[in-house]
Amino acid sequence: MLAPEEWQAVRLSLEVATRSVLVSLLPAIAVAWLLARGRFPGRMLLDALVHLPLVVPPVVVGWGLLMLFGVRGPIGAPLDAIFGIRLVFSTEGAALATAVMSFPLIVRAVRLGLESVDPGLEAAARTLGAGPLDRFLTVTLPLMSPGILAGAVTAFASGLGEFGAVITFASNIPGETQTLPLAIYAATQVPGGEATAARLAAISFALAVGGLLLAELLARRMHRWLGRG
Amino acid sequence: MLDIALRHRFGRDGFGLEMGFAVETSGVTAIFGPSGCGKSTLLAAVAGLLRPQEGRIHLDGVALLDTARHIFLPPEGRRCAVVFQDARLFPHLSVESNLRYGLRRAPAEADGPGFGEVVALLGIGHLLARRPGALSGGEKQRVALGRALLARPRLLLMDEPLAALDAARRAEVLPFLARLRDAARLPILYVTHALEEVDALADRLVLLEAGRVLAAGSVEDLATRTDLPLAARRDAGVLLPCVVQEVSAEGLTRLAFPGGELVTTAHPGPPGTRLRLRLRARDIAVAAEQPRGLSIRNILPAVLTGIEPAGDAGEVFLRLAVGPTTLLSRVSRQAVAELGLQPGKPLWALLKAVTFDHRPGAG
Repeated sequence: MLAPEEWQAVRLSLEVATRSVLVSLLPAIAVAWLLARGRFPGRMLLDALVHLPLVVPPVVVGWGLLMLFGVRGPIGAPLDAIFGIRLVFSTEGAALATAVMSFPLIVRAVRLGLESVDPGLEAAARTLGAGPLDRFLTVTLPLMSPGILAGAVTAFASGLGEFGAVITFASNIPGETQTLPLAIYAATQVPGGEATAARLAAISFALAVGGLLLAELLARRMHRWLGRG
Repeated sequence: MLDIALRHRFGRDGFGLEMGFAVETSGVTAIFGPSGCGKSTLLAAVAGLLRPQEGRIHLDGVALLDTARHIFLPPEGRRCAVVFQDARLFPHLSVESNLRYGLRRAPAEADGPGFGEVVALLGIGHLLARRPGALSGGEKQRVALGRALLARPRLLLMDEPLAALDAARRAEVLPFLARLRDAARLPILYVTHALEEVDALADRLVLLEAGRVLAAGSVEDLATRTDLPLAARRDAGVLLPCVVQEVSAEGLTRLAFPGGELVTTAHPGPPGTRLRLRLRARDIAVAAEQPRGLSIRNILPAVLTGIEPAGDAGEVFLRLAVGPTTLLSRVSRQAVAELGLQPGKPLWALLKAVTFDHRPGAG
């Protein structure tokens, strides 16, 4: 049904989206914690910084990453020199660009989840002898897990479709960085590519709808698990 | 000894609290007062959930808080378990995991009743596999009691544990509280605004009003004081520790108290049952001569030891000695004048047998 290159784009999209979620999940939980519970100067600045990718054009985000992580950039140069890691024009780079773009979505959802946790339950855990890390792992984290799940699923679904930042930072290399939207774009640029574009668009649509349904299903299960009916 | 001195103010000119008292660390000490008197704030400070601006809290010689010496033990280091009004069970854990939460974190050398013992005591064996969301209010509170007890605390703090329950649920949980008190052998600080709970459970009472301590002492002693807000209540009166002597075929129960006996139509239990009766001052009448031909079953010889104002212009409290026991009777000033009542005068105290509602489990 699909040509091998088309399958490749689907597989690559899933891989990039998965890796971007895995990379950003822990930092997102930490940032959400700081924004929800932290009392420190510069909290508003951090909040603004995290939300920047929502308002700045994706191409600009990609360009910023290129400046920072390019082989001559302040982060990219040492990465290349010490570890031999080059993020530009690579699958890892596509995942990084996707992660940065979807970071505000995860942070928002995780923060909502954290704010829904009754501080009274954490106080109860304290009086029962649970220290900070202990009560985070045994009370706060499980109770905020619906928020974490919602953030991860939303970021995954939006990561499947990330275009501007990926094409700017990681370019459009089939098999390396050519994810679904990039493949659709490429198909529309060549004569006779309409059928390919249509097939890939249909797959994008199906993945998005499937992701939303899965998220809803998981959220319901999780709420039942947490005893919230 | 639990030794507390606190000073705290919420906001710039918000509610202020300045109190100090010391109580023995055994049995149940009730912290009693109207809403907003600072009793929950006091409990939060002892638990470590509130950091007062100034003060010290010493528990059996250990400083939990001492602002002068910059000591503030975090709640997790205090081993003061709390039973909250709203139970606060962890919704994502089963009842059994909730119960074991504190037990797992208790120091190995801490002693206390075992898991099975507590489950049996509170009658929650059939709930262990359930989630808190599937429990009734009374069941939740019983599990919360067990969870706190199993944390092997040095001090058990209860913050109005029955206040969120309706009357039927309260009646369900109260006997378990009494059983827990008898089995736990650990000091309990019990915050409440319900006098029935004080009567049923407490050994000592700390009376609060507007962030200050009005009085502290044994429940029986404070119940005989006429200068406290307690005396203005409809149910003001002494608390009498009694033991059931005999239950007759006619349905009367004979109770012994230090200095005499009472009969009642209430059924507190078989002979040997200990209970505490609140004898409301307004239910006790006096006679200057031994009365005859009355339906009243309890006619106790007494000596008038004092006449004290009762807040209301037309009424006074009579302080009566029945052997070593003090009773309070609330009568009109007119009656005092007509009977020529003077301290030292022998009287008869009259109590109807049907007047008592007994409080289970106290002793």
